[in-house]
Amino acid sequence: MPGTYEPIATNTLGTAVQTVTFSSIPATYTDLRLVVTISATSGTIDTWGYFNNDTATNYSNTRISGTGAAAGSARTANTAQNYDTNLSSITTAICLITYDILSYAGSTFKTHLTTTSMDKNGSGVVLKYVKLWRSTAAINRIDYTAAASTTFAVGSTFTLYGIKAA
Amino acid sequence: MILGILASGGAGAAAGDFQSIATANGTGASGTITFSSIPSTYTHLQLRMLTRDSFVTTGVDYVKLRFNSDTGTNYARHSLSGDGATPTSNGSVSIDNILLYGHPLGNNAANVMGGYIVDILDYTNATKNKTIKSFSGCDLNGSGNVYLTSGLWLNTNAVSTITIDAGGIFFTTSSTFALYGIKAAA
Repeated sequence: MPGTYEPIATNTLGTAVQTVTFSSIPATYTDLRLVVTISATSGTIDTWGYFNNDTATNYSNTRISGTGAAAGSARTANTAQNYDTNLSSITTAICLITYDILSYAGSTFKTHLTTTSMDKNGSGVVLKYVKLWRSTAAINRIDYTAAASTTFAVGSTFTLYGIKAA
Repeated sequence: MILGILASGGAGAAAGDFQSIATANGTGASGTITFSSIPSTYTHLQLRMLTRDSFVTTGVDYVKLRFNSDTGTNYARHSLSGDGATPTSNGSVSIDNILLYGHPLGNNAANVMGGYIVDILDYTNATKNKTIKSFSGCDLNGSGNVYLTSGLWLNTNAVSTITIDAGGIFFTTSSTFALYGIKAAA
């Protein structure tokens, strides 16, 4: 039986960049899994992913969070930023982000389950999101980006996997 | 930085570490999905589901998870959930299924589905009761819920059958169910 969990592409940054793009994603898998480990070059940056170059307000999410002091829940609707985290002062620590995109080539809107994990030895956050991209198009491109004028640090990694059902 | 897939695709993973066991689709006329004769050759199982049901109201619904057709009160569950405003935790013991919330009911906006990723750990171990964890939810662009759930089946038998029950209503034809096996090193 063939393996069904395969790396499609990976990128370990040799230079700091603002955006990493996975393009020409084949439609031959059932689900996609994006695994990102990032740090910031300086200061504070916001990060998010988007699909098929869609930067319109077609994203939304519901989330739960824990900061070590309090649990919370919040949501964002009709947003252009498929938001994951704020890399506040994380130039040396690593933030782990995973996306599980179910039936990414299917004909319904794209529900995806994502996790953001960041511990800075005394502070940090864990976030679990359910997210929606209101499009019936197959996902063939993922951009993972930092807010304007900021970049991901050298050594940040971005790997896209495909999971194929029988 | 653009990473073209054709140019940069890596070699495939070693075959056999994460394998597809079986898949099923909703029919629009049934609320039960059963995976039976699950081989005991893996270390863990993972169930990945994208679901919606036909009940004509709005909100977020659930599935009932059972193992080996056991309908006795041999299950327990705990959950942490968020509705976009307030985090909530609850639990139940001596119940006849593991309740997992996370998919939209039939009168919600079209094309919205709920996602579930359920890990069933050490499912063949004869000295352990069976523990699961689930990450699930649906977002409806202004409403919705996200859930983390642990579940326990008080039984040391190997899991050979998994039943996913919509509770008397039907899964839509857009619903998909995929069971995978995960192997540890030999």
